[in-house]
Amino acid sequence: MSGIFSRDAWLKVWTYRGTFVLGLLNTVETALVGVLLSLVIGIVLGLMATSRKKSLKTISRVYVELIQNTPLLLQICFLYYALAFAGHSLGILVTGIISLGIYHGAYMAEVFRAGIEAIPKGQFEAAESQGFGYMGKMFYIILPQSIKIILPPMVNQVVNLIKNTSCLYIIGGADLISLTYSFVTGAITGGAYAPAYLVSGMLFFVICYPLSKLASVWEENLKKRDQRVNIMVSRGRGKKVA
Amino acid sequence: MNNWMASLSILQNGSIWVYILKGVLFTLIISIIAVVIGILWGSVLALVRNYCTKPKNRIFKWLATFYIEIFRNTPLLLWIFICLVFCPCPGFFERKMFGLTSVETKLLFKAAVALILFTSSVIAEIVRGGLNSVSKGQFEAGHSQGFSTVQIMIYIVLPQAYKNVIPTLLSQVITTIKDSSYLANVATIELMARVKKVLSSANMYNGTGTINVSDVFVLFGCAMIIYFIINYSLSCVVRYLQKKNKRTPRIAVAE
Repeated sequence: MSGIFSRDAWLKVWTYRGTFVLGLLNTVETALVGVLLSLVIGIVLGLMATSRKKSLKTISRVYVELIQNTPLLLQICFLYYALAFAGHSLGILVTGIISLGIYHGAYMAEVFRAGIEAIPKGQFEAAESQGFGYMGKMFYIILPQSIKIILPPMVNQVVNLIKNTSCLYIIGGADLISLTYSFVTGAITGGAYAPAYLVSGMLFFVICYPLSKLASVWEENLKKRDQRVNIMVSRGRGKKVA
Repeated sequence: MNNWMASLSILQNGSIWVYILKGVLFTLIISIIAVVIGILWGSVLALVRNYCTKPKNRIFKWLATFYIEIFRNTPLLLWIFICLVFCPCPGFFERKMFGLTSVETKLLFKAAVALILFTSSVIAEIVRGGLNSVSKGQFEAGHSQGFSTVQIMIYIVLPQAYKNVIPTLLSQVITTIKDSSYLANVATIELMARVKKVLSSANMYNGTGTINVSDVFVLFGCAMIIYFIINYSLSCVVRYLQKKNKRTPRIAVAE
């Protein structure tokens, strides 16, 4: 741990700051596109899981179970090596984006499913009775109501996705953690362990902490509001009974 | 087609199965140890973060909060790398054990420490959720019965908190089993790493002299099936428990 106070080590990190910036940019890029992909997959599969067609439900269920019960690292290796040995390598970042999107898409699907299922049946029936089609019903009536239930776990998934960009390391890595590691083990740049790890840890923390804080604050507020509603409902009932 | 037969012939090799199944065993052992120690250490963190609110020992609350937030918001791989460099390894682990070389046991110990530290921060938040769900009245009832605060925690609050979070804790086991695959980045001890190692030398086993796409599918497919069987059976248990948990309060309300 002595290296943390060594001026030389910090100077080394400062000299090669480009490595960290590049890693950060790669991580952010992977995370952003990955989040978009996972949102698309999540919405589609979440809607499929809540539809009335048995076949669509089954497809969504199988996808979610298959993806959620196998490690991300295995999936990314599978995709990367299968493509590489078939001679169609997509490059590390694209492979990473796709597998992160697929993996977290399964989690997003569960988030959307739970959000949609939390809406009372009456809302669906009311929307249908007003002549809304499926899309209209979902996007004007159901999703706006479920968004407050969906948002906190969704933000948590985004945080997990950002952290999981470190899985790129196993296929060659261009993300922040991989570049940090090659920085500290490199022949010329090596040795500055403590400052380099501290810097990349801080960068992750600075990105992830506000997001997870936001998620937990939203969740708290939601819980409090639910409690208030419940109290009001039970009081209302009490009066009627009396 | 020939490639596929060649790839499948890898699976007929008994020693490869032994190698991979030992990896499965290591995966399970590492995850279970991480979760068990995580529950102990995580509970301490959760209790400290929730109940050390007096001005005198508020510093402990801040420390626990700091620990939890730091570990929750940085990737596991970073901690594995950090532990590889900075974690002291007791001499006990610097020798041949469990059929691993002394270097591998050392790596295993250090990486497992990282996994434990990381998992315990997540479990701390889970336990804290359970603690928050225990109503204030339980404390007051305990105090009125002459229990001390520590006794209240051990006999009244913690059992209820654990009962509430058992499904979440079990699904954390699934996550930990999946997270343990991150150890594949530093050592060839557990399932993921071993399958990857077998793949890298698949040209010697399949008889064709080259690594083919079919090898990737067969080997990673096997690993996927193994992970899936373990995790899916666990998640079935989780779902059963959640259903059971949900049912009980409803009955209570109906009464």
